[in-house]
Amino acid sequence: MGSPSDSFRRWFRGAGSSQSRSEEKNVSAPRTSRRSTALGDFMRGLKPQGEQKLHVLDLGPTSPNNIAFLTELGMRVYNEDVLRASQDASYRVAGKEGAEQFDESRFFADNLAYGSDHFDAVLFWDTLEYLPEPLVVPLVEKIQGMVKPHGTLLAFFHTKDAGPESSAYRYHIVQPDTIELEPKPGIRLQRVFQNRHIENLFKNFASRKFFLGRDNIREVILVR
Amino acid sequence: MWKARPEDEKPMPLGSSMNSQTSAAPVAPVSAAKENPRPAPSYSERADVGHIGKSVVIRGELSGSEDLYLDGDIQGTIDLRDHKLVIGPNGKIKATVSARELVVHGKVEGNISGSERVELRKSCSVVGDINTQRIVIEDGAFFKGAIDIKENAPRKAIAASASAGSSATHSFASAGSSGSQSSFLEAK
Repeated sequence: MGSPSDSFRRWFRGAGSSQSRSEEKNVSAPRTSRRSTALGDFMRGLKPQGEQKLHVLDLGPTSPNNIAFLTELGMRVYNEDVLRASQDASYRVAGKEGAEQFDESRFFADNLAYGSDHFDAVLFWDTLEYLPEPLVVPLVEKIQGMVKPHGTLLAFFHTKDAGPESSAYRYHIVQPDTIELEPKPGIRLQRVFQNRHIENLFKNFASRKFFLGRDNIREVILVR
Repeated sequence: MWKARPEDEKPMPLGSSMNSQTSAAPVAPVSAAKENPRPAPSYSERADVGHIGKSVVIRGELSGSEDLYLDGDIQGTIDLRDHKLVIGPNGKIKATVSARELVVHGKVEGNISGSERVELRKSCSVVGDINTQRIVIEDGAFFKGAIDIKENAPRKAIAASASAGSSATHSFASAGSSGSQSSFLEAK
């Protein structure tokens, strides 16, 4: 058991508040290269069936790298930055008792308007940890419906030691098993998922495979 | 602190140089025209390019048989099938867009078809599907939709030409025949 001050310090461990404030104005931050075992596994599983192109949805910010990489492999790439979309103030409406509520029905009317069984794979990255709470479960359910049976999802989660200042990242695929991380300042971590939470959240998926990285990031591959 | 050396304080005579070898050469007079050559006209200023300014609003069908620079507000359809279309930074397009080559600096809502090439510049925002042979995306461009690279074209350039920092630009085409850089499929 640590002292309360230790807990407080640990809670705020991450990008460093003062540093992140000063970097908020930067458009593009320096990137860090990182091997990703789960991405390698995910990519190996993407095999086209016959002449049909694989449909891959990237839920992160627009990444020229990712589009280049995936289209090079002959895939049709879809891009929807759900985190950016969720920060649109117009989705925050006054509730019955004056409290602010997130208008999830309008959010899904404006975003992710795809039919069922549309995608072969989805790159979730770390989106779920930064989304407004009312969107988390509906988004997972929505994505589940849009992914084909045996389709795969790749998601990243911080470990429990992450604090609210832990940086969100843009993920750029540079090799089949290597990504570059570009910090996205100004976005606060909303929650940290334990393994049990992840299993509950994706309970309707056929399988879940966890990879623990050395940098306190859990990589998870989910198969519908 | 630096101290000024005596030789620094002396005014240098005209035509002299620190380098004795170059000082021997006569200094040719340089005309003003050579010093400030007239800059080449930008794409939007070229006489052979049609120009729709930022105050222009068009509702309906826009088609043509010349290159076009478009900086206005357009809703409907744009069809420049064999020509180049540049959407300027003030351009607000809600239309289905077809052109041979398309460069986007402004905002587009609608599907884009560039039979040869589409470029998304860092200031642009595109919501819609893109269908083309080659695409260039600058880091910072916002894109929401699907990208489909046509596979019937020979590969022209598969290059991730990363310039410095945020202005990294990526150009890529369909996986086709041979290319200047081996694809990830070939690497396996």
